[in-house]
Amino acid sequence: DRLIPEHAESYDRMAADSDPDFALIARAQAAAAYADAPFGLGRPALEEEIAAWDLDVSPDGTGLPVGSGDVFTGEEVFIENCAVCHGDFAEGRGNWPKLAGGDGSLADEDPLKTVGSYWPHLSTAWDYVNRSMPFGNAQSLTPDEVYGIVAYILYSNYLVEDDFVLSNENFTEIVLPNADGFIIDDREESEYAIWRAEPCMENCKDTVEITKRATVLDVTPDEEVTEEALAATEEEPVQVAAADPAPAEEAPAATPAMAIDQALADKGEKVFKKCKACHKVGDGAKNGSGPQLNGIVGRSVASADGFKYSGAMVDYGGEWTPERLAAFIAKPKAEIKGTKMSFAGLKKEDDVAAVIEYLKTFGQ
Amino acid sequence: TPDPLITEVQEWAQGLGEGVDATPYGMPIRFETDVVRRNVPWLTADPISSINFTPIHALDGTITPQGCAFERHHSGAIELSKDDYRLMINGLVDRPLVFTYADLERFPREQHVYFCECAANTGMEWAGAQLNGAQFTHGMIHNMEYTGVPLRTLLNEAGIQTEGKWVYVEGADASSNGRSIPMDKALDDVLVAFKANGEALRKEHGYPVRLVVPGWEGNMWVKWLRRIEVTTQAVESREETSKYTDTLADGTSRKWTWVMDAKSVVTSPSPQSPITHGPGPLVITGLAWSGHGKIKRVDVSTDGGKTWQQARLASEAGDKALSRFYLDINWDGSEMLLQSRAMDETGYVQPTKAQLREVRGLNSVYHNNCIQTWHVKSNGEAENVEVS
Repeated sequence: DRLIPEHAESYDRMAADSDPDFALIARAQAAAAYADAPFGLGRPALEEEIAAWDLDVSPDGTGLPVGSGDVFTGEEVFIENCAVCHGDFAEGRGNWPKLAGGDGSLADEDPLKTVGSYWPHLSTAWDYVNRSMPFGNAQSLTPDEVYGIVAYILYSNYLVEDDFVLSNENFTEIVLPNADGFIIDDREESEYAIWRAEPCMENCKDTVEITKRATVLDVTPDEEVTEEALAATEEEPVQVAAADPAPAEEAPAATPAMAIDQALADKGEKVFKKCKACHKVGDGAKNGSGPQLNGIVGRSVASADGFKYSGAMVDYGGEWTPERLAAFIAKPKAEIKGTKMSFAGLKKEDDVAAVIEYLKTFGQ
Repeated sequence: TPDPLITEVQEWAQGLGEGVDATPYGMPIRFETDVVRRNVPWLTADPISSINFTPIHALDGTITPQGCAFERHHSGAIELSKDDYRLMINGLVDRPLVFTYADLERFPREQHVYFCECAANTGMEWAGAQLNGAQFTHGMIHNMEYTGVPLRTLLNEAGIQTEGKWVYVEGADASSNGRSIPMDKALDDVLVAFKANGEALRKEHGYPVRLVVPGWEGNMWVKWLRRIEVTTQAVESREETSKYTDTLADGTSRKWTWVMDAKSVVTSPSPQSPITHGPGPLVITGLAWSGHGKIKRVDVSTDGGKTWQQARLASEAGDKALSRFYLDINWDGSEMLLQSRAMDETGYVQPTKAQLREVRGLNSVYHNNCIQTWHVKSNGEAENVEVS
């Protein structure tokens, strides 16, 4: 297969780059291995590429990087990055997951399942924080910060003392309370054996009573929204007139006085993904962990209806000019000491400008 | 009186409709705007990490259109182009590889129809009848025709080493949503899919590439698939320990409960699809499926399970795919307690909620495949109820 020499060559280059001593052995082995590929499709994965993506950590500690973090530092990082959803003490906010508590509750009605009460392996917490958190800004934490956060979560569950330091070296010594609480799927014996039987067709029971009704609870979402949508579409003309560009070009006159650089705003839409977990914009935007941001450029500070602002934000006062917004988005805690917004800030000036441009596109 | 829709010339019979270029890729006609996915806002903290429901009460046949097939994301539906797409195979393999999207299209392809059901489907009904509509009680399911490359083909291309007993699969989105799959399953029928129902996967279903794990819980069907790692052990990631495990009455929990057991539901009549025509001929219809293979039979009861009659399967049952059943009756206008009961080719019979609770206790959430009851009143309206 003519693709194979290319494979061997690139694998070889990779090996030589990373470790010259490795090159000779690798050349022979890789060429032989890649020559055996049934289709010869794809290319060798380079070591740096594997290192960048292969981040998962297993219960026996496989995959953990070198590092450490103590409870106190972990608390700071946690409050900065995690507390907005999970609470200052990992107790959870709103519908977001509680990470602490629930000890001994698993056999109760409505058990509270947290890292402390339910999770069998500490590796799962480290791995998840490292790869998937914070929500909306994943993979932004250093290994030491992750060790610190996990140490703080252990502390919040009363599983370690406040002087505890978690590291790759003592990691597997930590055994979580529910480590032995899991069995492998036993449905084959406990259920299938019983329910693989000829079903009853007649006289299966004497009486049937209704014991529960969904309407009593009344938690089903209503469907009126879609009827409004239908009404809206009915107002649209069925026949579209032949293309006349004039009306479309006049349309910008109807938008607010603020001139918008659409290309920049488009870029800002992408940057705004970092903010979306907490801030909503657009039609029907509601407050979440953070206030809704419609009309934020030019809006009075701390003025979203129903949002509970920090005292620091209220004291900041005045109006959100583009300049003040830029300063706040770049370094939230430097601009407003005591703000509840647990976001480290946008490092690039371009990103700050883009996201402000994007926010301008949402009027009140 | 004569019907003016017949006796008078209507505008659609006189004027002209749209030209062929009006909608290069069409949407359903506007009269069907109520056939949409719906969300239950109180279920989750934020719609970015949430789930919505297929309008199964309004569909027929078995194939779910992608545009209304339920979505579940953990960090939102991302936009990943084919050009930016990379798939890595690493771990215990002879040849760690990186594939582009174009590479994947050069491997021999297969096509299969499979259902994808979230393990939490019907989970809110565990404690009692709660949500009033088949969409909400059973809508975390869809059924599509997938085109893709068997995972086995890609693993063979990389060369599995003998110590490799599991594969760990993960997505390219921020949640990464990794799951461990035992090697036997990985080499059996798992598909690396890039088309569904003939068209490219929709963004919300993992464009450009997702994993299809037939018969197993939807969480394992990793979207935006970016990496397959061959390992000796299960990674025991968040989605296979803290979630998607089943707590029993004594507080111990089952893990690795991957297979979705046989299940069925009457989709019409149902709370969102009441009988509007009064007594007389009535089509009772619904869906049945099993993660263990083909549906063998579906029975329907109109009296809350006292007596049952066999329904008719609309077509030959597919392996780990939805089957459509019909029971055509002459409704006398009296109240019904409508139920369906699926049986699969292994002889497994869909249990009642009481049977499930007897084994699992009251705190289970996932894998609720109990028999569902609709209370159909004489005015044709239906309610989600639980019966003795």
